[in-house]
Formats: sequence, structure tokens, C-alpha cells
Amino acid sequence: MNLELRKIEIKDVVFGEVPGVKDGVLTVCKQDIIDELMEDVNVKSIKVDIAKPGEKTRIIPVKDVIQPRIKVEGKGNGFPGVTSEMVQLGSGKVNVLDGVAVVTIGDIVGFQEGVIDMWGEGAKWTPFSKTLNIVVDIEPVEGLDPHTHEATVRVAGLKAAEFIGKAGKEAEAGVVDKYEMDDIFTETSKYPDLPKVAYVEMLISQGLLHDGYIYGVNSGKILPTLIHPNEELDGAVISGNCVAACDKITTYQHQNNSAILDLYNRHGKDINFVGVILTPELTTLEGKFRTCDYTAKLCRTLGVDGVVVSEEGYGNPDSDLLMICKRLEDSGIKTVLITDECSGWDGMSQPLADTTPEAVAVISTGNVSHVVELEPADRVIGSAEAIATLAGGWEGCLKEDGSMVCELNAVIGATSEIGYHNLTVELY
Amino acid sequence: MSYKVLYYVNQFFGQVGGEDKAGMAPVIKDEKVGPALGFDQLMGEDAEVVGTIICGDNFFNENNEEAVKFIIDAVSEKNPDLVVAGPAFNAGRYGMACAGVAKIVADELKIPVITGMYEENPGLETSRAKAIVVETTDSAAGMKKALATMSDLARKMLKGEKLGYPEDEGYFAQGKRLTVFSDKRGSERAVEMLLARFKGEEFKSELPMPVFDRVAPAAAIKDLSKAKIALVTSGGIVPNGNPDRIQSASAQKWGKYNIAGKDSLEGEFYTIHGGYDPVYANELPDRVAPLDMMRKFQKEGLIGEVYEYFYTTTGTGTSVGNSITFGSEIGKELKEAGVDAAILTST
Repeated sequence: MNLELRKIEIKDVVFGEVPGVKDGVLTVCKQDIIDELMEDVNVKSIKVDIAKPGEKTRIIPVKDVIQPRIKVEGKGNGFPGVTSEMVQLGSGKVNVLDGVAVVTIGDIVGFQEGVIDMWGEGAKWTPFSKTLNIVVDIEPVEGLDPHTHEATVRVAGLKAAEFIGKAGKEAEAGVVDKYEMDDIFTETSKYPDLPKVAYVEMLISQGLLHDGYIYGVNSGKILPTLIHPNEELDGAVISGNCVAACDKITTYQHQNNSAILDLYNRHGKDINFVGVILTPELTTLEGKFRTCDYTAKLCRTLGVDGVVVSEEGYGNPDSDLLMICKRLEDSGIKTVLITDECSGWDGMSQPLADTTPEAVAVISTGNVSHVVELEPADRVIGSAEAIATLAGGWEGCLKEDGSMVCELNAVIGATSEIGYHNLTVELY
Repeated sequence: MSYKVLYYVNQFFGQVGGEDKAGMAPVIKDEKVGPALGFDQLMGEDAEVVGTIICGDNFFNENNEEAVKFIIDAVSEKNPDLVVAGPAFNAGRYGMACAGVAKIVADELKIPVITGMYEENPGLETSRAKAIVVETTDSAAGMKKALATMSDLARKMLKGEKLGYPEDEGYFAQGKRLTVFSDKRGSERAVEMLLARFKGEEFKSELPMPVFDRVAPAAAIKDLSKAKIALVTSGGIVPNGNPDRIQSASAQKWGKYNIAGKDSLEGEFYTIHGGYDPVYANELPDRVAPLDMMRKFQKEGLIGEVYEYFYTTTGTGTSVGNSITFGSEIGKELKEAGVDAAILTST
């Protein structure tokens, strides 16, 4: 497969009548976006705002973050299987509005949305304080059942990103990232001496607000599956979940999966990157045995020497993570895990819900209960009060002056377990 | 400015006597005795030892209440900025006494404590989380080095400076897992760690595997038909509106709610748990906290009765530290209420 991500560097976003990119400035037409999303009969109203890095702006409660793009050569614009017709992804040329993100917020359906601060202390804790954020506030019609409510909001966000992405159609790309990888046999004949490495990406798959989707298929319905890294970079995997904000993999992070990118970066030099295995995190014991056995079997079938495994969420999926690790290490496959930890406010609690001696190489991306203090914002997009009910917040954590205290749990992407952010944990 | 330090030593280092004096009751002297003198000199202008508490090791361990009271009074009177105990090297009872001082002073009086011990000293496990425990040799031959390290760290503690890594500074890790920024993102560190493994190079896992407690199961109930059973859940089932504001993740508290006279939780309860699909639990909360089935068993005579309160919290992301506290508190209440057994449901 041969994929080009052509990055159009965007320095600013403004509202205007005619969408497009000129001199690094992206113009979006607010009313056009609203009209596009209002076509869904389940959407009652849409608001669109812009939040820029450095502004004293807080966005809450954030559901998903999506990168706006348009495919300019090859099939598969948008998100096939979800917002557009089904085609094979992973090849072609894509214009990316680099530095821009669509951020969806709206009336809460669960407790697992998050916060993005665009400035100051809060900005350090989330990777999405550095993007120019087009914030889409989605209000569904009354009386929807929770599953339809979730789907309405999720699809509206994807459509918004697809719609906004059109502005980059004619724009000139700066950096062009090329991702080219042939079948495993060809690649192995090219690099016979390099260790073969697979990436296992675990996906929360636990029902409403806890599902990922692959070409529109709910990850909870699949056996672990092999996917070409280009497919994920091209939009085959999307977030349908609002697990704790800190470590859910937003759609943006699937489109720019850092584990895939960092493995790709070494492909042909230090390693032979043979592919991505998407593994659902199920709640039943039988499900865990099935998926973990199956994941290890796929790795063995590929004949890999090493695997990077990333988790999504925490708690019971810690068991899946370590079960996969044990099976791989027992097969002689060197395994590195990426996870975050629940060490409590004081950092004194045991970090994981499970343990296994085979897990000798683990990257920690932070303690989800690490408490941060966030200054008052000049502008809140969404609802500041939502923090009281979000995972990581509590009643009274929002002070009268607008400042708030919360756990990293509530901060989007803070402890990303695909290693998208730069937190770690040190033992003192 | 010069900080005030209060020093604690046992009868031997307090120059009172050996094993024959181990039963001595605590005394406080205004002068600097034994290691307190060396420590004071090392601190120079930065701090002054304003008193030395001397207590027999046997006395501390056998008359703990009295020793504790003495220390509290002495600390209150001298009002030091830091308390130094030991170093105890590999002396077990002395180590336990230093750990006792750490508990009282650091944990309860909130004044920082520094001590020193050999890695096998039994006092280490109970004090390392509360005090800074400098790693020492197993005998007093290492006094000079121990005091040098203790004074270096004491200076930083007094000035409110951040201590470096335990292995660099020479103290035992307190077990505190601190979130910090790295110069590389996590995925890059993961790939580098994998490459190091391929090459057989050294690497350091960022998360050593935790060691778990093992809880012995309670004895079986002989006659269920007479037993009082309580319902306890970590599934976040609370009365509608969540009156006690229990968190949806990383719980900081638990709640208990009266279920006397109720046959089911339907309609009056819902879940605030953020870690699972709530739709089905909200339809029928008994799916998580099965009061309906308990009542059925009660009517059938399978169990004696259902305790009139059910206990609840949120399990997702809740620290083990908090869980231990919740479990101890709930367990105590159940025991006092004469509950014979509890059904604990998770999600």
C-alpha cells in the first residue's frame, strides 16, 4: 500500500463566507457546517466556535477530536463504513489540514467526556491545546435513547471533519509524508535481517460509550484482526467511546497513531514493521481468553520477534494487556507494553489492577489520578459545570472564581496509552 | 535563617548504656547527644539541633502509648522544622522505634522526618512511605557517611527543595509514583525500549509490576438460612440524583442506603459509574446490585435476612489505597451490625 499524507500547514482559522486555505489561513463557513450537520433529523441544534492555542479558553465536555482531511487521489474520502460508502483504505493521496482539529462537545450522555484548556497550566497536560480547534457543539433532539444519542453525536463530528476538510482540496501541501509498505513476504525479502515487529492496539469494546469502530464495525463484534498500518492512518478506525478522557484514543489519535508512526519511522532501518493487530477489550472472562489467545496466535502466525502493545482505558483491560504479554513472552516474543496507571491522588497505590512477572518492559504514560489545578478561563466553550460529573471531577471541584481542581482522568489525551503525549511516571 | 531540628536516639547512641538500659523511659536533653552532635556540625549555619530525645528501645516498643505521648509533648514544645531519628543501621528494635517516630511526627504532626536504616531493618517497610529513610550500612561503622547523606537531604527538605531520585540521593524510594513530563512521547520510548531488548542492551521498565496482597477467605457459613447478608457493590448504584455525590470514577467516598422494605432497586436507583454501558443498569439496577434475587432467596428461606443498608461506591479508576480504606470502614460497620456475610458485586 502507498499512502501520502500531504500536510497543509495551517497557522490560523477564521470564519468567512468562502471556505478555503490562503497563506496558511483556513477559512471555514459557520453556516455551511451547521446546515450540513442539521441534515440529520436527530440533530436539534449546532453551534460552532474556534479555540486557538494560547487563548484563555476552556472546552468542556469534549467527546471526540477529529482531524479534517480530504482525499485528493484514490478512493475513500471521509470515514468509509460510517460517513461514506465502503471502500478499501490505505492508498492514495490525502490533503491534511495540519494543525487543525474538530472538537465535538455537547449535552452529556455519560460521564466520560473531558476538558481541553488552550493556555497555561492546563495546556501542558493535553496534546490538543496545540491545535487550532474548531469546536462543534451538538445538541440532539429530545427523547433519543442513549445509544442513538451517542451515535448522532459521533457521526456529526466525523461529518464535520469531512466537511471542513474539503477546504484543503486545492491547497498546496508543505511536508508530504509517504507511507509505503508491501506485503509481509516482500518486505521481509527486502529486510531479511531485521527483527519483525507487530503493533497490537487494544480497543475498549464494552458497550455504549465504550466502543471503537473499524470501517464502521463495532470492535466488540470482532475477533482480533490484522490491519495494514496505512488503513488506520487513512481513517479506518474511529473512536466511538468516551472512556476516561485521559486515555481514550480519539479519532484524531487513530488517524495519527503515534505508535504506528514511530514504528513506521524505524521500518527498513531497525525493524521490519509487519502490521497492526486490533484487539477488542471485552468484559467477560471467556471473551478475554478468546481475544488474548487469538492475538498471541496472530503474532506467532506472523512470525514476529517483537510486539508493542497499547492499552485503552484501565481497570479490567489491565488484565487483557498482561494476558497478551504473558502469552507473547511465553512464545519467545519480546513485548513492550504501553499503559497508564491508577496510583491514587497521592501516587502511593499499586498502579495496575493485575500483575504478571512476564511484563518486564512497560512504558507508563502517567497516573490518571494525578491532580491538577486549572486557572479560571476567560471563555468556556460548552459547560463549565460538567466537570462535577465527569470522570476525574467531583462535586465542588469547580470553584466560584472559575478555577478548578481535577484529576488527569478528565483531561483529553493526557495519559494516552498509544503514547501520543509525553507524560511518564517516576518512583520517589 | 536557621531551622530547628529535634533529634531522636536510643539509649545506646544517647550514651546512657547498652542492652541493660533498653528499658529506660524517654528523656529530653537540650544539648546535642551522640549523632545529634555530628549532624548539627554538618548542618552548619543552616540548622540547629535544639534538643535530643533519648528513649530505650524496649521501652518504645513495649510502652508505646507512653513513648508516643512523650514525643508528641516534646515536639509540641520544641516546635522543630524537622525531626531526625537514628540512623538505626540494622538494629531492629531501634529501627521500629525510628519508624514509630516517623508515624507520629510525619503522619500525625505533619512535620517532616528523616532517618537512616539498613535495607533489612524491619523498621524500613513501615517508615519509608512516611519519612525519608537514608540507606545505611548494617552497622554503626557507616555513621559518618549516613550522617553526611542525612544532612544533605535534610538541608533540601528544610528549604523545601525537590529531592532527586532515590537511587541518586541515597534514600529508599517512598513508593510515590509521580507523574512528570518526559522529553519523548510514550510511543517513541516504547519503540526504543523494544530495540534495546533486541540488542540485548539494558533498559529500565517504567512500571515495575505491582505485588498484590492476598486475602484469606473467611470461613464458610454453616447455616445460610439464619444468616444476615449484606449487599455491597462497586458498580456505582446510587439513589436517583446521587445525593452523596459519589464520583463516577476514581471514587473518594462510599455511600450506604436503606433498602428495608424494598423488593428491588428499580425506579429509585441508577448508576453513576463511568466505566460501563449504563443503559441496562439504569433499566434495572438490580442487575448490578441484585436486591431482587436476595429478596427472593429470603422469601424462599435460603438466606435469613438482607441487611437493611446496602453499600456502594465506584470501582473504576479507584485507587487501591482508597479501596482499602473503604473496605475497612464498610467491613467494620457490617461486623458491628452483626452481618454474617456480604455479597460483593463488581462491574
